[in-house]
Amino acid sequence: MNAPMSATPPLAKKLRVATTSLAGCFGCHMSLLDIDERILKLLELVEFDRSPLTDIKHCGPCDLGLIEGGLCNAENVHVLREFRSHCKILVAVGACAINGGLPAQRNHLDLRDVLEEVYQTEYLTSHGGIPNDPELPLPLNKVHPIHEVVKVDYFLPGCPPPADAIWKLLTDLLAGRTPTLGHGLLHYD
Amino acid sequence: MNIFQLDGEDIPFRAGQTVMQAATRHGVYIPHLCWHPDFAAHGSCKLCTVKVNGRFGSACTLEAQPGMNVENRTTELDDKRRTMLQMFFVEGNHFCPSCEKSGNCALQATAYELKMMSPHFDMFYPDRPVDASHPDVLLDFNRCIMCSLCVTASREVDGKHVFAMGGRGILGRRIHINSESGKLADTDFALTDRAASICPVGVILEKRRGFAVPIGERKYDKSPISAQVKEKAP
Repeated sequence: MNAPMSATPPLAKKLRVATTSLAGCFGCHMSLLDIDERILKLLELVEFDRSPLTDIKHCGPCDLGLIEGGLCNAENVHVLREFRSHCKILVAVGACAINGGLPAQRNHLDLRDVLEEVYQTEYLTSHGGIPNDPELPLPLNKVHPIHEVVKVDYFLPGCPPPADAIWKLLTDLLAGRTPTLGHGLLHYD
Repeated sequence: MNIFQLDGEDIPFRAGQTVMQAATRHGVYIPHLCWHPDFAAHGSCKLCTVKVNGRFGSACTLEAQPGMNVENRTTELDDKRRTMLQMFFVEGNHFCPSCEKSGNCALQATAYELKMMSPHFDMFYPDRPVDASHPDVLLDFNRCIMCSLCVTASREVDGKHVFAMGGRGILGRRIHINSESGKLADTDFALTDRAASICPVGVILEKRRGFAVPIGERKYDKSPISAQVKEKAP
């Protein structure tokens, strides 16, 4: 017996995508928005979970997590672990997530010296002394890339990665391919 | 004419040429960092490691012989080269977005060629202060890969011995400046020196010339490093 043929193919379940910026500048998220009208095509294929675009505060079970930025404080580590435990595939997006980037420029300086310079010594910014509110996450002694703390499945370099590279990564992953970047899309700056 | 095989291709060579010299002249790229066509091979970076008749050897120091069967761009060798590049990247402070050499850097272009997507290892973040003492030249040691091309160029072309390798261990070994103070300003180094333009990465930089070439028009924006070797072949 033949099964009855459906007139329209069943709708594929949309993939859930979460994004966040840790010690980053949101430049990678801006680059994601630079895919322009392709974002409409993307929204046919995915729905966003936790992301600056949705303002959802905690990550639920997701197919894909995009992490911008490295780890400069305890909250960054907490959020990263939340993403890793909820996302089937985790991607380090941008220079800061991959090697610490600009925030890691403080790594050869003593953290106390940096805080004192910014909040006590430097007269333009020193109002009120070093912040010490219990709600503020404590800074890490050094800034770290995310692969030093959790397993990362794919890396997308760039500062920021070009919109076309982000599109290539997303379309490769949505099609079930291993993402690859050719000349011009793979760059570290 | 003598011939050897490189990834199945016939490479002609003259007696005395190395595998690297013959391949480059023929337009075939063998990944390398410390080798430069103008200078004697140093053989230190090991990125040009190839397999000759099944055994590993450095293409830059290995004299070509008739009938050699050389493997170059195999998955096995490129995987090892990528790992070596990742070690270079974590041992120094290679922050491409803020580097004037970005787009013109041999280390970066080689990493693109070998599809290096991440540093893989834990970062060292070594403390390497810059030397901004010279009026015309900045030395940013954060990016040094110890290829020693500046040492050779200053000694052999400029006759000045401005640079020297010194120290031990991954974090101890570094380029030293031959002056009483250890500062470049106290040497007779000049912007016109061959050593001033030899650095494959972003250590030796001309002052007051930041980011002069826009992104998209820099050396390796146009074509990958392997394609440029092919284009330059006679």
